[in-house]
Amino acid sequence: MSIDQKTVKYIAKLARISINEKKAKNLANDLTNIFKFIEKLNKLDTKNIEPLTSIAETKLHLREDNIKDANIRDQILENSPEKNKEYFVVPKVIE
Amino acid sequence: MSEIIKLTLNELVAGIKKKKFSSHEVTKDFVNRCIKSKKLNSFITDNFDNALKISKKFEIKSNQNKQLPGIPFAVKDLFCTKGIKTTAGSKILNNFIPSYESTVTQNIWNEGAILLGKLNCDEFAMGSSNETSFFGNVENPVGKKLVPGGSSGGSASALAANLTPATIGTDTGGSIRQPASFTGTVGLKPTYGSCSRWGIVAFASSLDQAGPMTKNVKDCALLFQVMSSYDQKDSTSVNFTRERYSEKLNQNIKGMNIGIPKEYRVEGMPSDIEKLWKQGIEYIKNSGANIVDITLPHTNYALPTYYIVAPAEASSNLARYDGVKYGLRTDGNNLIDMYEKTRSEGFGDEVKRRIMIGTYVLSSGYYDAYYLKAQKVRKLIKSDFDTAFDKVDAILTPSTPTSAFKIGEKTNDPVSMYLNDIFTVPVNLAGLPAISIPGGHDEKGFPLGLQIIGKAFEEQTILNVAYCLEQKINFKNQIKDWWLK
Amino acid sequence: MNKEKFDYYIKKNSNIYEVIIGLEVHAQVLSKSKLFSGSPTVFGAKPNINVSLVDAAFPGMLPVINKFCVEQAVKTGLGLNAKINLFSVFDRKNYFYADLPQGYQISQYKNPIVGEGVVVLDMPYGTKKIGIERLHLEQDAGKSIHDLDPNCTYVDLNRSGVALMEIVSKPDLRSPEEVNAYIKKIRSIMRYLGTCDGNMQEGSLRADVNVSVRLVGDNNFGTRCEIKNVNSIKFMQIAIEHEANRQVDEIENGKKIDQETRLFDSKKNITRSMRTKEDAHDYRYFPDPDLLPLRLEQSLIDNLKKDLPELPDEKKERFIKEHNLSAYEANILVSEKEISDYYEEVIKNSDKKLATNWITGDLFAVLNKKNISISESPVGAKNLSSLINMISSGKISGRIAKEVFEIMQEKNQNPKQIVESKGLIQQSDPKKLEKIILEVLSNNKDKVEQYKSGKVKLFGFFVGQVMKVSDGKANPQLVNEILKNKLK
Repeated sequence: MSIDQKTVKYIAKLARISINEKKAKNLANDLTNIFKFIEKLNKLDTKNIEPLTSIAETKLHLREDNIKDANIRDQILENSPEKNKEYFVVPKVIE
Repeated sequence: MSEIIKLTLNELVAGIKKKKFSSHEVTKDFVNRCIKSKKLNSFITDNFDNALKISKKFEIKSNQNKQLPGIPFAVKDLFCTKGIKTTAGSKILNNFIPSYESTVTQNIWNEGAILLGKLNCDEFAMGSSNETSFFGNVENPVGKKLVPGGSSGGSASALAANLTPATIGTDTGGSIRQPASFTGTVGLKPTYGSCSRWGIVAFASSLDQAGPMTKNVKDCALLFQVMSSYDQKDSTSVNFTRERYSEKLNQNIKGMNIGIPKEYRVEGMPSDIEKLWKQGIEYIKNSGANIVDITLPHTNYALPTYYIVAPAEASSNLARYDGVKYGLRTDGNNLIDMYEKTRSEGFGDEVKRRIMIGTYVLSSGYYDAYYLKAQKVRKLIKSDFDTAFDKVDAILTPSTPTSAFKIGEKTNDPVSMYLNDIFTVPVNLAGLPAISIPGGHDEKGFPLGLQIIGKAFEEQTILNVAYCLEQKINFKNQIKDWWLK
Repeated sequence: MNKEKFDYYIKKNSNIYEVIIGLEVHAQVLSKSKLFSGSPTVFGAKPNINVSLVDAAFPGMLPVINKFCVEQAVKTGLGLNAKINLFSVFDRKNYFYADLPQGYQISQYKNPIVGEGVVVLDMPYGTKKIGIERLHLEQDAGKSIHDLDPNCTYVDLNRSGVALMEIVSKPDLRSPEEVNAYIKKIRSIMRYLGTCDGNMQEGSLRADVNVSVRLVGDNNFGTRCEIKNVNSIKFMQIAIEHEANRQVDEIENGKKIDQETRLFDSKKNITRSMRTKEDAHDYRYFPDPDLLPLRLEQSLIDNLKKDLPELPDEKKERFIKEHNLSAYEANILVSEKEISDYYEEVIKNSDKKLATNWITGDLFAVLNKKNISISESPVGAKNLSSLINMISSGKISGRIAKEVFEIMQEKNQNPKQIVESKGLIQQSDPKKLEKIILEVLSNNKDKVEQYKSGKVKLFGFFVGQVMKVSDGKANPQLVNEILKNKLK
C-alpha cells in the first residue's frame, strides 16, 4: 500500500510533529517502503488466533491504597522549561 | 598502557577485595583511558571528577561483601541516573536531569560500583548502528569508521575499547546482542520481566529489557545477578527465584539438547557466518550435547511484526515528550504549535519515522489490519518457540547477518538497516532470554557473534552453554587502540 | 400505572417529538491514593502538591494499579445490579493536552471491569428501569487554568491520575426529570457504598449528556449530540431542554443534525458547538503494555458482595414491609444514606411512625428553611428520639413537643432538660384534669347547655379552655375522655 503526502500530514498532525513539504515527501517514500515490508504479514492466515495480551508471565500486581509520594513539588517542577514555583506554564490553549 | 583496564570484571573485583589495587587506582586508569578515547565518542556525559572523588574515599574494609566494590562503571544513557544528565541520545532530553535513579542502576550502585559516565546510544534506543544519536556517531574500536552496532553502541564501543570494565544496555529488538556481535563482546538480553524497567526511558514497553554487556560470560553472569530483581514499581516485573548465576556457572552441557532452527539459514547469508555457526555446532557436539534440528516456522514474519508492535508502543511512549514538563521546549504561538515545533526540533529522523509508523498502525481503520494482526503473529512466534523448547534446552543461531558495516553505509535505506535485527528480534517478541558471544572473525577480521536462546527464566542454561562454547572458541579480540590520543 | 408514560414531549408544527437521553457519569473513586500511583487524592490541596513522578509522566515511570480502586469499582457495579467482568483490560487513549502529561489516558475500551446493569427510578408515575451499559475505571486529567494570565495557561496536575469510574447509561432516559432522578439515584447508591462522595461542586461527580430527538412512534434513534461541561443537575436539565428544542427546530426547518460535541454555556443557558481544529479524535486505543489484563477471582466478588451495606432499594422494601411505612415515606427516608442512618438511629428506641412523621415533617422543614443537609441538622438523632419517647409515654403532648423542638434547634439541647426546666410536662393526672374540666364547665354553663342541646362543635371550645387554663399542658386524650364523660 502506498502512503501519500496527505496521509503523512494527517499522521504528523495526530502525532503533533510539524513537517514541511520536503519532509512530507521523503516520509511518504520512506513509509511506503517500510509498509511494503510490513505487509508481508498479510500472507499469514490468523483468523483463529487470539492476540497476545501480555508477554510477562505473571499476574497483575495490585498495590495497597497507601499514600507513598506526596509533596515533592520542587522535584516535579525543577525540570520545567518555564520556571514557576507552583504550576507548569504553557502557551494559551485555544478552545 | 595500564594492565588494569584489560582485566575482566571478576578479576577487578577480586583484585580490589584482595587489595592488589585500590578502587581509586582502578578508576584513575579507566578515567585516563576515557579521556584519551574521545574519538570513539562513546560517552555523552562523563562523571569522571565525581568518580575519582568517590573512589578515593572508597574503603574495601567495609565493602567486602559487595559484589562490585569500588568498580568504575559506565551505563547506557537510557537509564535515569539521579542528578546526572540523562538524554536517551536525544535533543529533546538534552537538558534533563532526573531526580530519581532507575532500579537496575540502583542495584549496581548498591553493590559498590561507581558511575563513570553515560554512554552514547541511538536516539530513544531506535537504531542498529548508533548513527541516530543527537550526540553524533560512535565508532567501533574494531576498526576505523565502523559502526559499533546499536542501539547500545556507545556501551559496546566503550566496553570493547576497555573504557569501562563492564556496562549495561537495553535490548528491544537486538540492541544489546547485535552491538556485542559487532564488537566481539558478550551481551545478554534477559527474559522479559527479569530486570525492572522502572527508571529506564521507555521505547517499546512489551519488548524492552535491560541487560549486562561484558568481556566474558563469567562477568555476564555476575552482572546479571546484580541487575535482576523483582520490582513492584514495574507491573511487568516477574517475581521468580533468581539464582546465584555466577556461582552456578558450569561448562558441563553433557546431555543437553541444542536446537538449530532451519529458518535462520537465510538466503544469501555470508559464508563466514555459515562457517561460524557450523563451528559452534561442532563445539556443542564435542561437549557432549545433542544437536537437534528444529523449526521455527514463523521466523520470517518476526521483523515485520516487530516493526508494527515496537513503533506502535513507541509512538505512545514518546507522547510525553511535549515540552511541557521537562526537556526541550520550542516556543509556539499556542499550545499545539508549541507541541509541533518542539517535537519536530527535538526528535531525529528515525524517531520521527517510527512515531509516524506507530501512529498510523494504531489509527482508526488500520488497527485490526496492523496492530491486532501483529499481536496475533506474535502469539504464533511465541508458540513456535514453546513447541521447540519441548524438544530442546537451548537454541543456537548466529547473532547478526553481517559483521560491522561502515558508518553511513546503510543510513539511506531504513529497511536494510532493519534487517540487521533479523536473528535477534524473534527473541524479544517471544520474551525469551538470549546471549551473544563472540564466535570468531570474518574475512575482514571483524568479529561475529553466536546467539544462544533459552527458555523463559532459564538464564543459567544459556549462560552455561555460552560459557562452554566460549572456552572452546577462545576468542581473542584484535583491537589495536588506534583511536588513542 | 402505565410504566411507559412520560409527559416530556416537544410539540412543533403538529409534530410531536420525544427526547432520548443517555448519560456518561464520571465519579471519582473514594480512595486515599490515585489509580496508578501512590499520590494523595485530597481535594483542595495547593497546586502540584499531590503529584508524583508517575503522575507527571517522567521518563521511565510506570503505572501500578490500586487494589482498593478495583474493589470500589466492583462494589459500585454490584450496587448497579451489573455483571462484573472477571477479565478486563486497561487501554491507552492517546491524545495531546496540557493537563494530560503522559499524552495518553489509561482507560478501558473494549473490556471494561463492569458490564450491563440496571438502576430503578421512582418517578411520580411509577418505577422506571434505566439500563446501565457499562462501568469502567480510568485516570482523571489534571486542570488547565486559563484565567490566571492573559498569555498562558497554568497546569495543575493534582487531579491527574485520580481514579474515575465512568458509568455509561443506555439511552433509556426520556426527560430532564428522569435525568434528575437517575443522577440522584446513582449518587445515592455510591454514597451508600462509600465508593464516591458524589460532590458535584468539588467535581467528584461529573456528567456528559447525550441528547437526540425523534418523532413519537419512530423506532430509530436520531443523531445525538454530546453536551460537556455541565457541573450541576440543574444545569443539566436546562441544557437538555435547550438542546432538545434546538434539535427539533433544526429538523423542523429541514436541516440535519450534525453529530458533534457541544459545550453548555451556563450564562446564556444555551449549548454551543465546540470549535475544534481537527475533526478527527482518533484516540488509537490499544492495550497498555505497561500493565497486564486484570483477572479477578470470583471469590473476591463474592466477598465484596457479602460485605455490601444495605442499598437504598432493599432498605426501602424493608422499611415498607417491616416498619409499615408507605412507599412515599420510605422513598424519602432512603433517598440519602445520611437520612436513613439518622432514621435508623432514632428508631432504635422510638416509635417508627412518630419518627417518620417528625423526620419527614418537622425536621425536613427546618433543614429546608436553613438550606442545610441532615448531617448539619441542629437536632441530633438521639435527642429527637428522646423527644419522641416523651410523646409516646405521655409525658408531653404533641403540641408541647413542637414547642420543645423549636427550642432544641438552638443548641441541640436534650429535650428532657428543656421540658423540666420549663415545666412543660404534660398534665396527665386524671384527678387534676377533672378538677380543671369541672372548673371550665362550671364557668361556661351556658355553653354546656348549648352543647347538650346539639351544638356539638362547642366540644372544641371546652378543650381549648382546658388547654388555656392548663397552659397547654393538659393531656389531650385524657381531656377528651374526661370531658366526654362529664358532658354526658
